[in-house]
Amino acid sequence: MLKVLKSGFYTTIQDTGRFGFRDKGVPISGVMDMTTVYKLNMLLENDQDAAVLEITMTGPTLEFEEDTFIVLGGAEMVVTLNNEPIKNYVVQKVSAGDILSYGRLKKGFRPYLAVKHGFQTNKVLGSRSFYPSITPNGMITDKSEIAYKKQSVFTPKLTGLKIESILEESVLQVGKGPEFNSLTDKQLENLFFKKYTVANENNRMAYQLEEKIDGHVISMLTSATLPGTVQLTPSGKLIILMKDGQTTGGYPRILQLTDTAISILAQKKAGDIIAFKLM
Amino acid sequence: MKKFPISIRPFGVHAVLIEWPEKVDEAILNDILIFSTYLKESCLIEGNWELVPAYNSLTLILRHDTIDFESFKTQLETWYTEDKKLKLEERFLWRIPVCYESEFSIDLEEVSQILNKTPKELISIHAAHAYTVYGIGFLPGFMYLGGMPQELEIPRRATPRAKVLKGAVGLAGKQTGIYPQESPGGWNIIGNCPIPIFNPKNENPCWVKVGDRVQFYPISKAEYDLHKIEAEVGIYKLEKIKIDA
Repeated sequence: MLKVLKSGFYTTIQDTGRFGFRDKGVPISGVMDMTTVYKLNMLLENDQDAAVLEITMTGPTLEFEEDTFIVLGGAEMVVTLNNEPIKNYVVQKVSAGDILSYGRLKKGFRPYLAVKHGFQTNKVLGSRSFYPSITPNGMITDKSEIAYKKQSVFTPKLTGLKIESILEESVLQVGKGPEFNSLTDKQLENLFFKKYTVANENNRMAYQLEEKIDGHVISMLTSATLPGTVQLTPSGKLIILMKDGQTTGGYPRILQLTDTAISILAQKKAGDIIAFKLM
Repeated sequence: MKKFPISIRPFGVHAVLIEWPEKVDEAILNDILIFSTYLKESCLIEGNWELVPAYNSLTLILRHDTIDFESFKTQLETWYTEDKKLKLEERFLWRIPVCYESEFSIDLEEVSQILNKTPKELISIHAAHAYTVYGIGFLPGFMYLGGMPQELEIPRRATPRAKVLKGAVGLAGKQTGIYPQESPGGWNIIGNCPIPIFNPKNENPCWVKVGDRVQFYPISKAEYDLHKIEAEVGIYKLEKIKIDA
């Protein structure tokens, strides 16, 4: 078991998501920054779907009760293993009793902790990804325990990875959304020539942007939405749906982020600047 | 069966959006559901795709890979126009108990006044109609219901509530529906349904599907309490009637 001494601001278990229930209104959920987690699971030679700990802004303090191997990645934080600083993207052996402790956030927003074989919490509807009302817990709490498999010996093919970090990126590649053609020339110009600030309203469901563009009076029938869908509200607000985003919506879907763009945005916090670039 | 003009567009690299004429129309919904069933049963590889029908659209989402849009579009057009023996999945009319008593119907008095009806009249109109499920979304198990009588149309509340109870039955605009879980919300609340719409512990977590119909019937507070317990221990059976296509 992994003992959670302190849980951090918003820490959850995530895998590649809950597939097959969107027609019942269940969001896909899953890791926000898949670009990072794909690499972490590769380093540990895990299945792609192995569950990781997704941390947000402030990290937890954790005690390992069995030997295993871990790797960290995503946002850059000051992290220590038994008071010794450790680096992202380097496989670490941990022993029973070791304490992993997260400190100051340096860059990005969501650090990840991957463990050999993945975390072994119960699956609900085919996935371990936390989602309030589907999984018993919406987030990891203080003094809880998270299951993982003991592993004392492992010789990774790659012990570390030089990573082209996405943390410096601020340009989000987008495709045209289904209602792209309803945009006016002025709206288009503003969309692609202005920069946008991530608003305080940002979470696993959606990222809102502070700057608005011209609004609209388009009324449409509710239709499916996806992670990475950029919705335009009648007042001109831009809302980018993320992994826990609702499965249907009634606002025009003007842009669609690429998978990499979703990962880039997942590492942004309130006040960070982004721009859209049409593919 | 009459075919409709459909449009097929890319929706990112993992999804395709198929749209029918923009109308709330049962004939369109049925055509979408027939096509969706055909795609699931005869065309697409099971487990790789999610199909999300809603009103006049069907969105196909591929799990991992990217879609080669142009060739997939041609393929979809062929599948759509193929003259196959197509059938609708079995559909049901669900009879759903609702307690309209004052403990739950917190806006009934006000709504009745605005709509110029007695609360009793309002309840009997609300319960007299069968509503078609045009989509499920917004929250797990939240049904978009069509077919609300015009005389029950009322705007959303000016200020949304921070907390609406699980099971709350509401009116807003042209819509009526049930909150499947506690959530913030701006609908006018006129009752509560004791039977969960969504249960993640079940293999099929949501008994209703797009294309089904629901009809509400009034129950007393005593019946509400009883049904709630029956549902919790898993012995309550919702009444359902097969709809003939």
